Amino acid sequence: MSIQVFIPQDTTALALGAEKVASSLLQGAQTLGLDVEITRNGSRGMFWLEPLMEVETESGRIGFGPVKLSDVESILSMLNSGSVGTASIKHPLYLGEVSEIEYLAKQQRLTFKRSGVADPTCIESYQRLDGFSGLAKALSMSGQDVVDELKNSGLRGRGGAAFPAGIKWQTVLDTPGEQKYIVCNADEGDSGTFADRLLMESDPYQLIEGMTIAGLAVGANQGYIYLRSEYPVAHKLLNLTIERATKAGFLGANVCNSGKDFFLEVRLGAGAYICGEETSLLESLEGKRGMVRAKPPLPAIEGLFGKPTVVNNVLTLGAVASILEQGSDTYKNFGMGRSRGTLAVQLAGNVKRGGLIELAFGVTLREVVDDFGNGTFSGRPIRAIQMGGPLGAFLPESQWDTPLDYEAFAAIKAMIGHGGIVVFDDTVDMAAQARFAMEFCVIESCGKCTPCRIGSTRGVEVIDRIVANEDRDNNLILLHDLCDTMELGSLCAMGGMTPFPVRSALTYFEEDFGISSRRDH
Amino acid sequence: MLEKNSNVDQLIEQFKTLPGGLLPLLHAVKHAVGYVPDSAVEPISKALNLSRAEVHGVISFYHDFNTHPVGRHTVQICRAEACQSMGSRDLEAHAKQCLGIDYGETTPDGLVTLEPVYCLGNCACSPSIRVNDDIHARVDSSRFDELIAEFTLPSAEVSGVSS
Repeated sequence: MSIQVFIPQDTTALALGAEKVASSLLQGAQTLGLDVEITRNGSRGMFWLEPLMEVETESGRIGFGPVKLSDVESILSMLNSGSVGTASIKHPLYLGEVSEIEYLAKQQRLTFKRSGVADPTCIESYQRLDGFSGLAKALSMSGQDVVDELKNSGLRGRGGAAFPAGIKWQTVLDTPGEQKYIVCNADEGDSGTFADRLLMESDPYQLIEGMTIAGLAVGANQGYIYLRSEYPVAHKLLNLTIERATKAGFLGANVCNSGKDFFLEVRLGAGAYICGEETSLLESLEGKRGMVRAKPPLPAIEGLFGKPTVVNNVLTLGAVASILEQGSDTYKNFGMGRSRGTLAVQLAGNVKRGGLIELAFGVTLREVVDDFGNGTFSGRPIRAIQMGGPLGAFLPESQWDTPLDYEAFAAIKAMIGHGGIVVFDDTVDMAAQARFAMEFCVIESCGKCTPCRIGSTRGVEVIDRIVANEDRDNNLILLHDLCDTMELGSLCAMGGMTPFPVRSALTYFEEDFGISSRRDH
Repeated sequence: MLEKNSNVDQLIEQFKTLPGGLLPLLHAVKHAVGYVPDSAVEPISKALNLSRAEVHGVISFYHDFNTHPVGRHTVQICRAEACQSMGSRDLEAHAKQCLGIDYGETTPDGLVTLEPVYCLGNCACSPSIRVNDDIHARVDSSRFDELIAEFTLPSAEVSGVSS
């Protein structure tokens, strides 16, 4: 019997050399006459251990990582010695049983339960791991019952705005129309986030299943995944799995012999951050400049090509599949307050153990960063944490005990957003970060609202003057005034929330702007 | 150039009836030609029943649609916050110095075009760069130099984007 080995094919593992490790392992095994079969699985999301090589044993899957090309030889000789599966494994990269690695074992994985287990493109593996059972349930229910199930789960949009998903679906269901659409927002542009990518690369059928359920529930027969062009691996895997799901009858005409159709297509973005905003995304899908639309009309009533449209994030649609499979009561039992279920936290930046951490809402930021992150990569003290992407506030240590809950974060003028956490050590220059927030807005503003388009350019200049101590007091007043104008005078979060990182940097890290030295005078 | 235009005409035929087909068409033109040439604007606008200004407006809105030829390899350096926290500002400076070009420029020998990118979704192993369609993690100055050195190896042409 051949030795079963798993080496991930997700972007991070590939970016750390997984392809060379896999081919070298296969070649080495052939030379040794060793019968090794390699499955290219998805990642478990423990990116600090990538490439994470797993070996099947009688008692479970054991792991080795992070595996470099230079480690392949010693792993091969260990496999050849026949010690795998015995207590006598001695290898410096040996991690024990993978499911028992603390980082993974401490998580509450619902949406990501299959991530990394099998070849993500294998439809049989997906079904073996309970895949498509949510769809089977949905097919036996009325559209209204599916929407009610979603409402009962308490699921809120995971893209960042946290709008109740069930209410959005209800609006689309209630809006009459021959043609409706399901649009998946896979334009995951926030720095520090990779959960959408991980789901699409490690469990793409779950997204396909969630979108199909949405289509059947609200009466839409066409879906689009709007994927950012920065994700070439996800693009390849989605196209392949959509093709396979269609062949197997889970997509296309007459889904699972239900008499209903649901067609799905991937559309690539073209490098515009603003297209992660839902109305701008719809414009882009229509083949136009990604200019933000005023709301109302809501996309649920007049969305893509003017038709009723559900626009949901990848993780929202992924969660739909698991909610239908396990029941909405199970899902809503996780979480706190009005934040129900689990949050896919993405721990990134200057951190020793970065990765995907799925936990029930309610855990504090400090717990995540300390218990999972294990300190900074540089070994220096943490100074600031940016949560929720480039429009999220910079949090000083005094705010790290805030629980991960949409309302608790809103109360401190911060946001959970898409769940990305970027850790900075004490070498960070917060004035430079504030300047970058404005600069990013200059580069990525769609240009529709003047405060965002022009205010951001003026913001960069005013911050430069403050740092250079040119008429600092008046320029500080001007900067706050400008931030007010941007917050109040922009249609979407781009202009409306760029002031969040700027103001939090000014409030909590004023010394970086030279402000405390003024007080010394 | 003649060959390129006939290529574009074929792609226009392929995409002109696709709902919202302008972005897929522009991606296809970029893939086939290496960039979106000015000469493509008029036939596209005619086929899609748009004004030239509208087509130009779409091309200029998106960072991906460059309107001039690029080098044989495109190198994108992530400028977003997670990579900044791991020293991407130094990496940017090193890359510009080592290649002798700024963002948006191509080396005089036509080998490399350097571009900024805002997040490659690889933020737990920063700094990240993208070389053509491959993403690389934990790239410091010396790793950057290694990756650039691979371009001049005899086998490098295979992995490059055809232009």
